[in-house]
Amino acid sequence: MSATDRDMLKLPKKKFKMWNWVWVILMVLGLVLSVNNTKTSLPEFFANFDQFAEIFVQMAQPDWSYAGTAIPYLVETIKMAIISTVIGSLLAFVYSLLIARNIVHNRAITGVLRFIMNIIRTIPDLLLGSIFVAVVGIGPVAGILALTVFTFGVVVKLFYEAIETIDPGPSEAIKAVGGNGINNIMFAVMPQILPYFISYALYAFEINVRASTILGYIGAGGIGLQLKNTLDMFNYNQTGMIILVVFLVVLVIDFVSTKAREALMR
Amino acid sequence: MAEQPMIEMKNVTKVYDNGTVGLKNINLKINKGEFVVIVGLSGAGKSTLLRAINRLHDISEGDILIDGESITKAKSKNLRLMRRKIGMIFQSFNLVKRSSVLRNVLAGRLAYYPTWKTTFNLFTDEDKQRTYEALQSVGMAEKVYSRADELSGGQQQRVAIARVLTQRPEIILADEPTASLDPKTSRQVMEDLKMLNEKFDMTVVANLHSIELAKDFGHRVIGVRAGEIVYDGKMEDTPQSVFDNIYKGGKGKEED
Amino acid sequence: MDTTMKKLPPKPVTAKSRAIKWGGWIISIAIIIWSCTGIDFGGIKPTAGQITGAIFNGLFHPDWSYVYNGSGEDLVSQLWQTLCIAFLGTFISAIISVPFAFWAANTRHKKFWVSESGKIVLTFIRSFPEIVLALMFIKAVGPGAPAGALALGLHSVGMLAMLFSEAIESLDDGPAEAITAAGGSKFNVAVFATMPDLMPAIVSNTLYRFDVSVRSASVLGLVGAGGIGYPLIIALNYRQWSRVGIILLGIIVMVVVIDWISGAIRKKLV
Repeated sequence: MSATDRDMLKLPKKKFKMWNWVWVILMVLGLVLSVNNTKTSLPEFFANFDQFAEIFVQMAQPDWSYAGTAIPYLVETIKMAIISTVIGSLLAFVYSLLIARNIVHNRAITGVLRFIMNIIRTIPDLLLGSIFVAVVGIGPVAGILALTVFTFGVVVKLFYEAIETIDPGPSEAIKAVGGNGINNIMFAVMPQILPYFISYALYAFEINVRASTILGYIGAGGIGLQLKNTLDMFNYNQTGMIILVVFLVVLVIDFVSTKAREALMR
Repeated sequence: MAEQPMIEMKNVTKVYDNGTVGLKNINLKINKGEFVVIVGLSGAGKSTLLRAINRLHDISEGDILIDGESITKAKSKNLRLMRRKIGMIFQSFNLVKRSSVLRNVLAGRLAYYPTWKTTFNLFTDEDKQRTYEALQSVGMAEKVYSRADELSGGQQQRVAIARVLTQRPEIILADEPTASLDPKTSRQVMEDLKMLNEKFDMTVVANLHSIELAKDFGHRVIGVRAGEIVYDGKMEDTPQSVFDNIYKGGKGKEED
Repeated sequence: MDTTMKKLPPKPVTAKSRAIKWGGWIISIAIIIWSCTGIDFGGIKPTAGQITGAIFNGLFHPDWSYVYNGSGEDLVSQLWQTLCIAFLGTFISAIISVPFAFWAANTRHKKFWVSESGKIVLTFIRSFPEIVLALMFIKAVGPGAPAGALALGLHSVGMLAMLFSEAIESLDDGPAEAITAAGGSKFNVAVFATMPDLMPAIVSNTLYRFDVSVRSASVLGLVGAGGIGYPLIIALNYRQWSRVGIILLGIIVMVVVIDWISGAIRKKLV
């Protein structure tokens, strides 16, 4: 099968691949348009880099004495996250059962409810926060409401998809012995989906802890208010302290929650 | 004149991090132009032995000389140059699935360039032509611009052989080159290895599972069991009982 | 016949698993009750119901005149700017994320602490509040869209590089071994073996991150870092509910359309 050295052919030219070029051009176009529109200039950023770095350097030297002031606010923040995770995921639990097509067979109902859910999911947490601040006024209640809605969106999406993938066998068995809809949910559906639900709620909790720390910035309670105050007063050492304690708490909660989720799914 | 061995292993021992002994006090000389097959049960240390030669696995004790030069002591730049002399063929072909055949074969030339040149794809036309010729030698020329994942297993292994051919090594290490292939393609791949051995005078060291292929292609047999060399001899002097012993001996456990 | 039947044996649970189960429940409930204490649930504005009504009224009677008026301050221009911020931010972060991902990926032939330190850095970046980052950039480049784009670009690295590094970890390391065996350097391995096989994961995760960035870009304006967030907060403060309505509608439509497009592209990639 090996050819002799004489009759070796020349390497042919490569075929032209249009789609690769279309993508490259689209990307470059997007880049040019967005740089133009936002008037971003990297040279300007690097010219002012010392200012950026200065803030960062100050933050890197946290004001330890400020920890005493920061921690009570942090506790409030965590409480907000817990309350809203509980309420939000309980609402999501019921709602997910209503939009899972293997539980509710009426396509009109699930369709409308899913549309509403998808709309709710599009609104970012801080936006929800600023709307609720406008509605109920400054304070933790606005934050709790915002996070509740946000949790609802996160958990519903994951949870109803989990419900739809469960094994239909047990449900059929319950129907076969004459069980009604509620029996079906309690005996066939629940045991299969409960671990997923708790896992998703914990996941939402992780996100909520992160989100709740900045909600205060727009007046929705928690440590974010201190974040704003220290930044407004240029006390970057104190800002650094806040970021540090938040980081540590997030780290611990992520760790515990990940371990708990792994244990649940085993 | 005493001939300089191509590969020389002196008291080589390899202990893995978890305490498993991979190789136990191996002493071995392989001369230029030999076609050596290594046989043994899976887990006997064949693969470790092969990977010790080009230092894909670092050894714990001893020394390995390639053409008289120690690869064990080679530092990064020198190690790359030494590896350039040693081509390798793998059981799972190890092509980059989403790259073209051309680019996969060109990878054989990597150690001939400074890194920045290859990063910007600045291969010489000469090397591209060399690549194409290597593909012609293994009968894969028409696939030069196909993506590697469009090829069958046998075709992928031949592209891998073309990669080694482009590398122009003096030694070829083949780690179970036929284990993922059907019998007919296996034979073709072995023919290609034989071509590299005879036409280009490359030294071939191959791990083989199949005794039949080993007998048909190997000139020298090395039997490995539990990290030790238990047999070393010329193929024509090797009776069937040696193979039986290597494969069926051990702890008295029956293997098929 | 009945006599041959055995009695129902007690449920076969060990004391330990029962203790974990009940302990888990009790601790969870205690934490939930604790969290309800000490929060000031009062202080809700008496006008809350009225305002909620007004916002919904605004949603259904949006201020259409704001959609486009050619001033550059209208809804379409602001949404376009939001998209540009998200695009630029995602682009920057995708580029920065690649080296970070290689750092944090726990592959063979690599010391444990190297990848672990990379993972910690990424976690730190992820936890660093985006808003604070935006404020820092505002100090450096002044208020406006560039601060937003840069903040997004840096912040997204935390998540994107983590996703990339997970993709690297799940790659088959055979091709990398082949490149090393041919005498390739570590950089050669990255360029020739890892990157091509990584490409689908990079594109799909970047698209996903773009979805998230669009949402983020629409709130960065709340602190003055450009985009639709700024007119929204102004409208909220001045109680222009019909304008709040149109802006919310605009954001919802934008996010839905972007999610849909990126979802369609990602589906095609798989």
